[in-house]
Amino acid sequence: MTPGFGAAVRAAGELVVQPRMGFADPRAMRAGLLATRGARATTVGTITVDSYTRVGDLAAARLAAERGTPLNGYPIATADPVATAEMLAAAAFPVQVRHGSALPAPVFDAMARLGLAATEGGPVSYCLPYSRVPLSRAVPGWAECVRRLAGSAEDAHLETFGGCMLGQLCPPGLLVALSVLEALFFRSHGVRDVSLSLTQQTNREQDLEALHALRALAARFLPDTSWHVVLYAYMGVYPRTPSGARALLADAAELAVRGGAARLIVKTEAEAHRIPTTAENVAALELAAAAARAATPDPLPPPDTGLLAEATALVEAVLDLDADLGRALVRAFAAGVLDVPFCLHADNAGRARSHVDDDGWLRWSSVGSMPLDRGRAHRAPALSSSGLLAALSRVQRRYDEEESRVLGDRPSPAALGPA
Amino acid sequence: MSAPARRAPLVLLSSVSSDAHTWNLVFLQLLLEETGHRVVNLGACVPDDLLLAEVAAHAPDAVVISTVNGHGHADGARVVAALRAGPAAADLPIVVGGKLGVAGPDPALAEALVRAGASAVFQDDVTPARLVTTLRAALGPAAAGAR
Repeated sequence: MTPGFGAAVRAAGELVVQPRMGFADPRAMRAGLLATRGARATTVGTITVDSYTRVGDLAAARLAAERGTPLNGYPIATADPVATAEMLAAAAFPVQVRHGSALPAPVFDAMARLGLAATEGGPVSYCLPYSRVPLSRAVPGWAECVRRLAGSAEDAHLETFGGCMLGQLCPPGLLVALSVLEALFFRSHGVRDVSLSLTQQTNREQDLEALHALRALAARFLPDTSWHVVLYAYMGVYPRTPSGARALLADAAELAVRGGAARLIVKTEAEAHRIPTTAENVAALELAAAAARAATPDPLPPPDTGLLAEATALVEAVLDLDADLGRALVRAFAAGVLDVPFCLHADNAGRARSHVDDDGWLRWSSVGSMPLDRGRAHRAPALSSSGLLAALSRVQRRYDEEESRVLGDRPSPAALGPA
Repeated sequence: MSAPARRAPLVLLSSVSSDAHTWNLVFLQLLLEETGHRVVNLGACVPDDLLLAEVAAHAPDAVVISTVNGHGHADGARVVAALRAGPAAADLPIVVGGKLGVAGPDPALAEALVRAGASAVFQDDVTPARLVTTLRAALGPAAAGAR
């Protein structure tokens, strides 16, 4: 019997590493899962769902399969269930379904049919950045799916994506708050085993403080819940050189161990260029595992610059809005109590702004209407397209330093993705 | 006598139906505004019907479609053909760019988009300056209001 996802992570005894992997073809997906399991690392598997399925366009997913059009992930809702079941039986280790759906019923329905009980996302983190769905529809849609998952599987596991909003340039106090709020949302609908995400960003000390804040708030707000923290290797514009990409991933693994995360989502050397192959994923998993084994948890928390207080203020302000957390989240965004910088969604207030300061710390330029001390906002020059590009590609530049000096070129707008 | 002041050209900026990425759109909006264009930014995951309706509603001088999720060659060709089939965008400059396929830049994907009706197609090789130059050339006289 394959252990549950959360139980497997808890029993690992070292940092668990996980790819972002999704192939349209069941044979390729099966080979990817087997290669993940066989990597020299403690791993869990990933089935990343294609973009048509994510947006609920199952007709397009079917058509692509019929025509042999390449998809950017596994069409779990429309794939042959027998082939999928065989693929999962062959893999025989914990697998998480990763999708990105604001209205995830087709994905959750497919999981239920296949006996899969681990996935991720959240009513905020899969709505605001990735869809046009009103938050007031995403919240009940997610609530229903979470309740059904909790009721159908004892080992149901849900990971918040709220610690990764927009992938970059979101000050981590807000990321920590959103991750905790989505975990509380999952818990309020019956899931008792969750993970809380956070993404590596532009400054290691700030990232460490954020990991500690996330763990402190999880311990405080999730007393009767099994939980662990999952770190995402840098989600923004990735180094283009193999050496730069490897160094950034190794730093992510070290950060995860130092900050007390139990699991790491890796990125590969191919990240800046295209969707990685299975071999590139395995290389990344093994590199991250080796870097993690060389690191030790920090004995003491990092210096407190107010990040925990900021995250706590945001969580408490939302909880005060309504006894029902789903309604509270909708009201919070409507009032700008939560406000994600650079988020284009119609339900986001869009009054908050952020920047990267000279030391690489993510700062507020404006806190908008969020209940934060205005002293948390630091003056920054008006944002230009080149300034935005510089901020978005700061990490890439730092890790590619040697090579970019030789090439002397600028990153292209087309390089701004996939987060 | 000075020439009558021209309004800055209006660019409708959009993703494609299955693409959830937005940093490309945030960047392009800033770039286009800095270079003298007005911008309507439709954001992520724009269904074909919505893009067609917004083009009809705003009557822009050009459409810029930016996509990075690897489905752009398919979604882009479909929506560009739909735009060309209707009256509102039959003659508009339509520029498509980004990561168009799942396997890196491929000239065949760009050619398919041009066949579908795109005025210009960019893959990973574009610089901001070249994008603006191409857009201005495509806008022709309508670009006169741009800086």
